[in-house]
Formats: sequence, structure tokens, C-alpha cells
Amino acid sequence: MAKLETKGVDLYYGDNHALKNISMQIDANTVTALIGPSGCGKSTYLRLFNRMNDLIPSARIEGEILLEDKDIYEKKFPIDILRREVGMVFQKPNPFPKTIYENVAYGLRVNGIKDKKFIDERVETSLKQATLWEEVKDKLRKSAMELSGGQQQRLCIARALAIQPSVVLMDEPTSALDPLSTHKIEELIFLLKDNYTIVIVTHNMQQAARVSNKTAFFYLGELIEYDDTNTIFTKPAKTMTQNYITGRFG
Amino acid sequence: MQVNRFLKNLKEKIIEGILTLSGTITSIAVILIIIFLFKEGIGVFNQAPMEKELILAVNKDNHVKELTPRQIKDIFDGKIAMWSELGGSKDSIKLFRTEDVSTYFTEEELGANFEHLPQKINEYIAREKNVLAFFNKKYITKGFSGRIIPLKKIGVMDFLLDNEWFPTAQPVAQLGVLPLILGTLWVTLLAILLALPLGLATAIYMAEIASPKIRSILKPTIELLAGIPSVVYGFFGLVVLVPFIQRVFNVPVGETGLAGSIVLAIMALPTIITISEDSLRTAPRQLKEASLALGASHWQTIWRVIVPYSSSGITAAIILGVGRAIGETMAVLMVTGNAAVIPHSYLAPLRTIPATIAAELGEASYGGLHFKALFALGCILFIMTFIINLIFEFIVKPKKH
Amino acid sequence: MSALTPKGNSTRKRILQIVGFGAFRAITGFVVAVLFGILFFIFHEGLPAMTWKFITSNPENGMTEGGIFPAIVGTGCLVLGSMLFAFPIGVMSGIWLNEYLKDGYLKRFINMMTNNLAGVPSVVFGLFGMALFVNQLKFGDSILAGSLTLGLLALPVIIRTTEEALKSVDDSYRIASLALGASQWQTVSKVVLPVAFPNIFTGLILSIGRVSGETAPILFTVAAYFLPKLPHSIFDQVMALPYHLYVISTSGTDIEKSRVIAYGTALVLICIVLASNILAGFIRRYYTKKNKT
Repeated sequence: MAKLETKGVDLYYGDNHALKNISMQIDANTVTALIGPSGCGKSTYLRLFNRMNDLIPSARIEGEILLEDKDIYEKKFPIDILRREVGMVFQKPNPFPKTIYENVAYGLRVNGIKDKKFIDERVETSLKQATLWEEVKDKLRKSAMELSGGQQQRLCIARALAIQPSVVLMDEPTSALDPLSTHKIEELIFLLKDNYTIVIVTHNMQQAARVSNKTAFFYLGELIEYDDTNTIFTKPAKTMTQNYITGRFG
Repeated sequence: MQVNRFLKNLKEKIIEGILTLSGTITSIAVILIIIFLFKEGIGVFNQAPMEKELILAVNKDNHVKELTPRQIKDIFDGKIAMWSELGGSKDSIKLFRTEDVSTYFTEEELGANFEHLPQKINEYIAREKNVLAFFNKKYITKGFSGRIIPLKKIGVMDFLLDNEWFPTAQPVAQLGVLPLILGTLWVTLLAILLALPLGLATAIYMAEIASPKIRSILKPTIELLAGIPSVVYGFFGLVVLVPFIQRVFNVPVGETGLAGSIVLAIMALPTIITISEDSLRTAPRQLKEASLALGASHWQTIWRVIVPYSSSGITAAIILGVGRAIGETMAVLMVTGNAAVIPHSYLAPLRTIPATIAAELGEASYGGLHFKALFALGCILFIMTFIINLIFEFIVKPKKH
Repeated sequence: MSALTPKGNSTRKRILQIVGFGAFRAITGFVVAVLFGILFFIFHEGLPAMTWKFITSNPENGMTEGGIFPAIVGTGCLVLGSMLFAFPIGVMSGIWLNEYLKDGYLKRFINMMTNNLAGVPSVVFGLFGMALFVNQLKFGDSILAGSLTLGLLALPVIIRTTEEALKSVDDSYRIASLALGASQWQTVSKVVLPVAFPNIFTGLILSIGRVSGETAPILFTVAAYFLPKLPHSIFDQVMALPYHLYVISTSGTDIEKSRVIAYGTALVLICIVLASNILAGFIRRYYTKKNKT
């Protein structure tokens, strides 16, 4: 059983056909990289899995999107339970203008958890998982806005992990960061891989090659090629993929 | 070429001069308003609360040195009857007023044209040990044997804290602005308490819940309502709200603090709605998405992320709403009944500072005590709005960015 | 699935949201109903009074019958007078503040003062106008005194609108113009002002709407209770619409009988505000379109 699966998914923004008949399976506890030039639909595709596209009124979706074989777009599937299961890290670090502690605790609180001890424990564990604990343990009550960009992004990862999702979606999580912070996040992804299913959108070919098990190449709303990362980067089946990863276009 | 350049420079200088001049005129006008207001307003503390022509006099054996306006009022109201209460002898006070001379003297004694009146007053004061006489200066004769009692000047604290506003009272004007200040604050407070939840809910609805189409209709029309003249709102309050309150609460008059508050709340709504809506919409989409992606509902996201993020804008809306409500004149004047008493119930008439100025300036003679007192009210109003502005400038604005 | 959360919270959240949204929708409905109710009420009651005669004739029978022509003319005079005073000075001051005056204490001080003036209640302007223009300068109750008072009231608003409009013009325009050797004034007049003009102009139109409805500043500077003849000079008193509405609804000779006139007057006032808003919106749209093509 695949962890995530799409079957013949089409997505339209008004008249714009943004995703064209995409079928793909993502296995549990792997890192899958989605690559492709800007506007190819990779971010849109990523956002299918936690139904973030719902926020855009003109978006229309056809086809099936499954989480552990259950259709997540079915009426009965509660959207907040889905989003608890499928966490997300965004392109730009977007901590809330609250304290570090409250940022990590936010997901627990909105999901109805009031047990202070449990929250304390989750905050600590999540910050440790995100390799941020040592840097912030003495200033948990300080505003998250005082952290550096890289720290903020790791805080956002901790925030996503706090509610114990099994899938983490990452939408170009390092595009706004300096190389050193990028490196830290990549190491983190590597550590998380054993326990989580990670889907990461990236512009950076080396990053895809470094962190992922499988890579999917998107172009103009279509899934061109999807295979082991090794295969994609060494002997891709399609010339288009070849051209893209060697930097001939994109 | 040279001449051309010179002319161009000259033109530049002239234009700059004109612009500078108009800027200077504006600045001077602003400063002038403030100076003028305060000069006239402070004038009220420079005199006794009695018409200049009038004096108070006692028998020369009386030891009471000075009287406060309050004491004089109590004497005339009969609340103080003994000199001992004023630090004098244990005798009852005998009031003498020019109005009732006929009870003391016959017409013959006074003469046909009251030509003997000054002398008679003098005699009477000399004779009656316990007299407190109150008469026009011009009746003082050369050999006046009584002692003129100085009336204390109006103190700032008395002015602010006395609880009676009766500027045309005789012999001494009662100039306590406390009822007016409290009236203003009462009306403003309730108005904001009414307008804030309604306005905020509407702003949230428009910014977050309503479809773009509904919003595009609501927004400009609500902005438009902010421009309706206050006198129209006052008129509406007068013909609809006032009778309604009178009937529903079964009170003798519908012109009440409640009516004023409701009208002010209605007037403050457009301001509060537009400004808070603008600031709610500045909440970044990324924060909203982050919250939703963690499983929060839209409702939770609104309260936990969007509203806190816009709190400074919402505070600005409240502050501006308060500023508008405090200074609002006509609508309040028309519906609050204007009773200058310390407010004790929202179902009774009360009176605000601006309404007092508008209602009484017409009766006050130019440069007189009453006139100056109204200017002092204007100063209080100015200071109130100044403080609100300062709060806005230094607390709300910097937080915005 | 995640062992973390009980499912009950999910349902509760959803119900809370439905109830909350419903409540907010209802509150908005209520607020809109109240605000529009007032408009509707005035329109409904005032329309029967709106006849050609009402607009063009004098009040009759102790202002219980007839029209409001002198008040319309009076308000027109006051708006015109105040704008003649406030518009040039306000716009020029705004240009001076934004384009000429360097950042520093003076600018901060003047800005703070004008902002403050904008927040001062209108009745305080009335107080000032009465003392300075009517009594000190001996203009008496006159169009001149009233216009100057209203002008002072509008001044900070016009300055602020001008400044905002100028600020919204991108600095790159100024730099480009100056780099081409244009003088300061050439830059302002040929580059900055044309871009800022629509916003300044709409601001002016909106302040006309505001000024025409102000009552407190004219109470003691110009407004006449009953004066069925038109003014001949700027030293004459006039009737004015907002003041007229105030007196006939609170202290007329026969308040009940004058109600219809009062509704009509209120409607005229609302129409002026409506007209100025619609006009302002129209101007804004016209220029946005023009700039696009």
C-alpha cells in the first residue's frame, strides 16, 4: 500500500489547466523530490495532499487523491484530521508573531489539547527533532521573530512535527535561506526520513539529488518522469528530463 | 542663455517662496488656534466667578476673610445659615440683595429715583452685624463703612471637580465641569462598548468570511456612511430613537445618555469597521496557511492568528472611534437632553462638553466669564483629543510596521 | 493514523466555526440593516417633500412650509468660500511639506500639529472662529467668518490628502526627472503632480461633502435661523442646510409641522454627500482607466 497516491488528477484554476492527469504513488518513510521549472505545477501538486488548494476559490479538482487508500477529498474526511496527519513547511519561514514555545504548541492547542505537561513534552521533543532545541531552550518565551531565518524555518519544521504527522510536505523549504542554514535543513530531512514520509518541492537539483529517494519531474502541468533519484539523475528515460537536470532549460 | 538661466532660477525661488509661505500660514494658523484657545480658556481662572460690577460686603466687625463660590451658593440656597460655619461668630447670616430693597426700606426713604439707595445700603451694613450684602459696585458711597469681601478666584481643581455647572447662576456662577466630563466619558464609553463588538464582527466578516463580491459592495457603502453629516444622525436619533427609548423603557423623556450612546455608536461604526477591516486584510497569507496546515479551523485561525496580528490596527480603529465620539457635538446635543448633572443612569438626560459649548456659546457675552468658561471647556476637549492623538502617534503607529 | 488527537475535537471545531460564522453573518446583517435602515428611512420620509418648489422657494409660515432655497444657497456659499481658502493653501502646504521641506524636527512638528488639528472636534473650531473672526476681527456673523472657520477645519484634511497622494508617487519618477536636469519645481509640476492629481482631486471632492454637512463650526459664525433673502456680500449672514435641519427639528415654531421639511432637508444633505462620493469614485475610476491605456 502506498502512503500517498494520486489517480488521474486534473486541477484547474478557472480556465487554466494546471495539473494534467497525474498518477503517482509515494511510499511510506521515503523522501520524494518534486522538481521542474517555475509554474510547472509541482507546488500545486504538493498542496493537493493537505488540501491547501481549497483556499483558492477558483480551483477545481478531478480525480482521486488517497492517503493510505482513503480518498481525502471525500466529504466525510475531516479536513483538520487530514492536516494533522499531513504537516507542511512553507517556502518562506512563517512563524507566528508569538513566542517560540507558543509557535510549537499552536498545533496542539488548536487541536484541543490542554494538558500542560504533554504540551511541554511535545514542544521539547519537536524542537529536538528539528535540531533547534540547543539553540532556543533558554529563550522559549522569547518572540519567534527574533530568530534568524534558518532558525525560523527549523522552528516551522518543529511546529509541523509537534502534532505528530506521518507525512511532511515541504514547499521549497530552503529557497529563502543561506547555504549554511540550507545545509542544516537538509541534514534534518535526512534524519526525519526514517519516521516520516517526506515530499519536498525544490528548485535546487543538487538538493533533490542529495536528500531524496525518488524524484518526480514536472513540466507544464504534466508528470514527465518519476523514478528513483539515482536513475533520474544518471540515466533518465526522457530527453526532456535530461535537458532539465543538465541545466539546458528551466 | 545666462539671462534665461537667471529667470529660471528666479522663478524657482519665487515658487518655493510661495509654497513656504503657505506652509508657514498653515503652521501659524495651527499655533494661533491653540494659543487663542488656551489664552481665553485660562482667563477663567483669573477672575472670581461673579460679574465684575457686583460685590459682596459685610459689617466691618465681621471676621470672615474670604468666601468661596461654593459657600456663597450654599448661603443663597439656605444650606449655610450660620456665620460659624464659615469661621465667624455664632450668628445667623442675614442676606441683603438689591432686588429686595423694598422689604427693608420704604419708597420714600429711597427717593423717587433711588437716589438715596447707596446711603441706605451703607447704613444698613453698618447697622446689621450679621449682614451679607450683595449689590452693584456703583452703590458704594464715599464713607462706606462695611468691608468688601473678596471672592476667591476660580481654582483649576474647583473647576475640574465641582459637581455643578450653572454658569448663569446669581450671584455667583457655578463652574464645575465634572458633570460634563463624566457625561462625555459615559456616553463615549457605552458608545464604544456597543460599536466595538458589532464593528469588529462586521470587519471580520468582511475581511475573512464574506465572498469578494459581497465585500466589494459592502465596503464602499460603509465608507460612504462615514460621510453622512452628524446632524442627520442626530435628527434620526431624535425622531426615531428618542421616542423608542421613551416607550420601551417607560421613562419621562427619551432624550437620554442611552440615546446619545446609540447614536454615537452608529456614527462610530463605519470608522471602526473600515479601519479594522483594512488592518485585518494586512495579515499575511502565509500565516493563515501555516495555521490551517496545522489543522486549525478557519474560525480558530481568525482568533488566534489574524486578529492578534491586526491588533494594533484594531486599537487604532478604537482610538479614532473614541476621538470621534468625544468630540461629536450636534448628534449628542440633539438626543441627550442636556441636563448638566452628574450622570447616574443611562436612562436619564446628561450633557457632554461639546454639546455644552454648542448650546451655550450663543448666550454667553463676548469676553465674559461664561464665554471664558466655554473656552476652558474647549481646552479640555482639545487636551482630550490631543492625548488621543499622541497615543495614536506614539503607541499605535510605530507598532504597525 | 496519528495517535495524538481525539476525533471529538474535530466535530467541536466544526460546530464552533459554523455557529461563529453564523453569528458574525447575523451581526453584519444587523449592522448593515441599521445603517441602511437610517438611509432608507430618510429617503422614504424625505422623498415626498422633494419637489421643485421645495428646492427653489423660501421657507414660509414659520418654516413649517415652503422650501429651503436660501439654505441651499447659503451652504453653497460656505462650501465655495471655505474651499477657495483651504484648497490652495492646503495643497500648497502639502507640496511644501512633502517636496520641499527636509526631514527633521520642523517637519515632524508641523506634521504632528496638522494631524492633531485634524482630530480636534469641529465645535472647537466654531469656538475659535467665533472669537477670532466674528469678534476680534469684527467680521460679525458672516459668510467670511463661516467660510474661514470651515476652511480651517478642512485644511488639515486637505494637507494630509495632498501629502498622501504625493507620497504614493514613486521616488524613481523624481530621481529620473532630476537626473535629466529638470529643476525641483519642474519635477513637481510636470512629473509628480500629474500622477498625484487624481487623488488630490478626489480628496477635495470628499472634503466638499464633509464641509457641507458641518454644523458646529457655523453655529456662531454665520448661520441664520431664518433669513429668506439671498446674501449680497461676504459680510452677510446666510441660512445653511445642516443648521436649518438642526433648528427646525429642535426649536422651530412648530416642530411637528416642520417634520416634512426636516426630512427633506436631511435628504438633501445626504444627497450632497452621496453625490460627492459618487463623483469622487467616478474621477478615481476615470483616471485609473486613463492611466492604464
